[in-house]
Amino acid sequence: MRLITKQLASKLLLVFSRLMMLPVLLMTGGQVLAASDAAVDEAQRWGLNMTEGVTAVSREIYDLHMLIFWICVWIGVVVFGIMFYSMIMHRKSVGAVPAKFHESTAVELAWTIVPAIILVLMAIPATSSLIKIYDTTEADIDIKIVGHQWKWQYEYLGQDVGFFSNLSTSQDEIYGLVPKGEHYLLEVDEPLVIPINKKIRFLITANDVLHAWWVPALAVKRDAIPGYINDAWTIVEEPGTYRGQCAELCGKEHGFMPIVVEAMEEQDYQNWLAGKKQEAEELRAAMSQTFSMDELYARGEKVYQANCVACHGVNGEGGLGPSLVGSGITTGPIDNHINVMVNGVAGNVVMPVFGNQLNNIDLASVITFKRNAWGNNMGDQLQPVDILTFKKNQ
Amino acid sequence: MGDHHGPAKGFGRWLFTTNHKDIGTMYLWFSFAMFLLGGVFALVIRAELFQPGLQLVRPEFFNQMTTMHGLAMVFGAVMPAFLGLANWLIPMMVGAPDMALPRMNNWSFWILPFAFALLASTLFMEGGGPNFGWTFYAPLSTTYAPPSVTYFIFAIHIMGASSIMGSINIIATILNMRAPGMTLMKMPLFVWTWLITAYLLIAVMPVLAGCVTMMLMDIHFGTSFFSAAGGGDPILFQHVFWFFGHPEVYIMILPAFGIASAIIPTFARKPLFGYASMVYATASIAFLSFIVWAHHMFTVGMPIAGELFFMYATMLIAVPTGVKVFNWVSTMFRGSMTFETPMLFAIAFVILFSIGGFSGLMLAIAPADFQYHDTYFVVAHFHYVLVPGAIFSIMAAVYYWLPKWCGNMYDERLGKAHFWLSFIGLNVTFFPMHFVGLAGMPRRIPDYALQFADFNQIASMGAFLFGFSQVFFLFIVIKTIRGGAKATDEVWENPEGLEWTIPSPAPYHTFTTPPPIK
Amino acid sequence: MALEPEIKTPVRTLVVRLVLVTIGMFGFGFALVPLYDLFCDVTGLNGKTNAEAFVRVTELIDTSRQVTVQFVATNNEQMLWEFRPEVFKVKVHPGQEIETTFYARNPSSKEMVAQAIPSVSPGRAAAYFHKTECFCFNQQLLTGGESVDMPLKFIVDRDLPSNVNTITLSYTLFDVTETGVISVDSMAMR
Repeated sequence: MRLITKQLASKLLLVFSRLMMLPVLLMTGGQVLAASDAAVDEAQRWGLNMTEGVTAVSREIYDLHMLIFWICVWIGVVVFGIMFYSMIMHRKSVGAVPAKFHESTAVELAWTIVPAIILVLMAIPATSSLIKIYDTTEADIDIKIVGHQWKWQYEYLGQDVGFFSNLSTSQDEIYGLVPKGEHYLLEVDEPLVIPINKKIRFLITANDVLHAWWVPALAVKRDAIPGYINDAWTIVEEPGTYRGQCAELCGKEHGFMPIVVEAMEEQDYQNWLAGKKQEAEELRAAMSQTFSMDELYARGEKVYQANCVACHGVNGEGGLGPSLVGSGITTGPIDNHINVMVNGVAGNVVMPVFGNQLNNIDLASVITFKRNAWGNNMGDQLQPVDILTFKKNQ
Repeated sequence: MGDHHGPAKGFGRWLFTTNHKDIGTMYLWFSFAMFLLGGVFALVIRAELFQPGLQLVRPEFFNQMTTMHGLAMVFGAVMPAFLGLANWLIPMMVGAPDMALPRMNNWSFWILPFAFALLASTLFMEGGGPNFGWTFYAPLSTTYAPPSVTYFIFAIHIMGASSIMGSINIIATILNMRAPGMTLMKMPLFVWTWLITAYLLIAVMPVLAGCVTMMLMDIHFGTSFFSAAGGGDPILFQHVFWFFGHPEVYIMILPAFGIASAIIPTFARKPLFGYASMVYATASIAFLSFIVWAHHMFTVGMPIAGELFFMYATMLIAVPTGVKVFNWVSTMFRGSMTFETPMLFAIAFVILFSIGGFSGLMLAIAPADFQYHDTYFVVAHFHYVLVPGAIFSIMAAVYYWLPKWCGNMYDERLGKAHFWLSFIGLNVTFFPMHFVGLAGMPRRIPDYALQFADFNQIASMGAFLFGFSQVFFLFIVIKTIRGGAKATDEVWENPEGLEWTIPSPAPYHTFTTPPPIK
Repeated sequence: MALEPEIKTPVRTLVVRLVLVTIGMFGFGFALVPLYDLFCDVTGLNGKTNAEAFVRVTELIDTSRQVTVQFVATNNEQMLWEFRPEVFKVKVHPGQEIETTFYARNPSSKEMVAQAIPSVSPGRAAAYFHKTECFCFNQQLLTGGESVDMPLKFIVDRDLPSNVNTITLSYTLFDVTETGVISVDSMAMR
């Protein structure tokens, strides 16, 4: 009991000392403290302000935000100043005698007109920024972004390159079984890769419910709406990794569908793109290959972690979705299992149609994994070609 | 209405009462119960967010908590509390014997507990309660909703009917039941703000009813109002919802303006500055509330003309709101102030509501909103507007009028302690949310990245402080009702208004003959 | 107002009026649906395009200007058809009639009905994008394993605002095998 009290006390002390730092951090935006590395970390950790970002638009938005912020601060200083002056000077306890005035057309007119003028002054830069954001000149690269429950799909239009991007933080980290990594919840298996200094146009839509694609450093936030297409654009100026999250409530795993953008030099991007195309080529070749049980199981486990674990649980115990341990699907006829994976379940909007989302190797692996994990021990296995045959024959 | 004897005895008194004071009391107790329930939901949220990782609840339950917290607070706590105050005070303020439609008054209260019982019961249904946020955007609330959504829709219908009946009653009372000589421009501002609020309510609650009816049809009768597959549009939902939702925000704040306008002059011992401009400002805010709704939707991909229109219109609201704040400050200026509990709450209301107004102005700037939208910055903003705005004003009103209602003075020391605990708790809870929001934390997430951990921890501690201070408030109110120093008829020093001319506690029937008006 | 028998006439008149306002506003909630569509048609608010064939009124082509039109195909929810544009983008002169196709294949063994929902980005270009023939005007029925090249003909209006250089036409394919009948009616209503 004493130990707990002691821990709580030290925690409170720590929080209190940090709170004392707040005004300093707020006034300087953390910049003065940037002198030492430790302070940089601390400022980052106590991130107080909007990011300036790495695009012309994001910097403009940052400046606009700071401008409006300071205007508000000054209005606040004046208004609250007068208020506190009255509260200190015009107290009954110091013998203040109330005045009798209760209206003044001139004053009232003034404080209607002056704020109106300030608002117009705010509206001018805001309008010009908005016009810049709505620019629709031709882009160098068009990327279609589709929001799914609960992952992002990227498609490089006209390039024949596309992939899904899943949260790569493990369930063990989320449930506190292992320490959380540096980019906890902000890491994905396949980031979106773009070149710097090129105009990238994002065409954003959704597959099921509303989502919103948001990367603060790019100052791009657009709702993804099923059946409708939205567009946004960016020109990133510095190479780097930029992280964001889904910003529209989209169901259970809304907090678990991050966005990671890797911006790189044009040459690196071209290499990456070529690599992606080759990967697709190899994948096509691998479709006819035969894998060993161990290979399938290992690959299947990874696919399971990325795609199934959110609903069916770390050990297949179920959750939002049914349990897979000894279930009629995972331990029943294999064709039925393939059918559920490829075509989904009629009338069930939560179970995705993985036939469109996973390639045949991944489908074969994950089915094999599920039929042999958690004591299901069916002993059977699938090869990519089996999935292909199934799709052809249905 | 002709009976002049006192209240009936037992439960029947409350069930069949048509007395505005009884009904007002029931509204206030109901509201407080919902406030505590919504508070418990909030504390579940804050407990889960105390540190990164999932510890206490699963994400699907977390989403039900955020949804139910919003619904309970908006429709269960704030709106019934204002209706309770209106019931108690409006007849006394305008010199009327009761509300214009006393039987309907009974109905409009008694259907509320059923609506909330229905809503709360969804938490125990298969698939859980509503989990799509209090804004229930389609298609998450239609195609993808849990089966309990139908009960949610019926609950909303009943709440809407209750509010509409209450509003019709208030308008009828104000327009027809005023004592001779009580002209419109002599009415206390609380009555004015409620008159305007009531008009807002009958204008927008039916739209909400229409909105949930369309949802019901999409879910059960195969229409496609909000589904693109059948030619509908999910964004249409947001337009209809916010056409209701934005005026709704003002419904929750205009009566608070009226309360502050009653309390500040009393404790500044100086008449309210700019009465007429207060009335006009309230009316302009109400008007503007109908043409700003799409500022909630800056990121849906509206054409630039739409963005600009809604940005300008929204910024314009700062003008009448500013007028109100300036008027309150001028009322205090060169007054002779004392700081009893109601005044403390009223001053905190003016300051903290202004801070919420500032962040509101920042949010109005469409390009900057691309960074703020759907983050904790928004959460901080509307909690700064609603907690010190609506909740603090209601508490101020309770401390201010409670001696009149029950005839006993509350304990000033305890009242002040309650104020300071609430004030500190509130700021510790919601101020850090500005920071995490700007730093990039989206709202409505059950778990977050590590850089948001420290501020969330602080916010959670503040939330528990704030939450438990309200149990203290319950204690103070019960203590006051049960006994304490007797209140004088005037209660305060020269307060303005007819309610202070009658004895404390207020008799069961007041102004059965109209009072003379100066 | 049987509920309140002793109520005086002026109150009754007022209450009747307020009830009428309430009913009117309930109706207004529904009226927002066609109003919104009308508003969208005028302003291109949600990027919806014409749902019936556009009748060409002039043969004039603005050869001085080129606009890029991109085609995007997306499957909604559990739609398992293969669905893609034949070409990713074309350059067109405003006023010129262009023909292209989208490929669709039903890989399942069952007969399925699909509805393609068009959406144009940027939204304000929608009013200047005229489809003279489109597979989205009708539902598409494909038997199991069947494939089809679906035609699309369109004209970009010569009045297209000069700062719009790229128009993206996106189709989302919805599976309406089970709900089909209703959506045809509601499409026709629009």
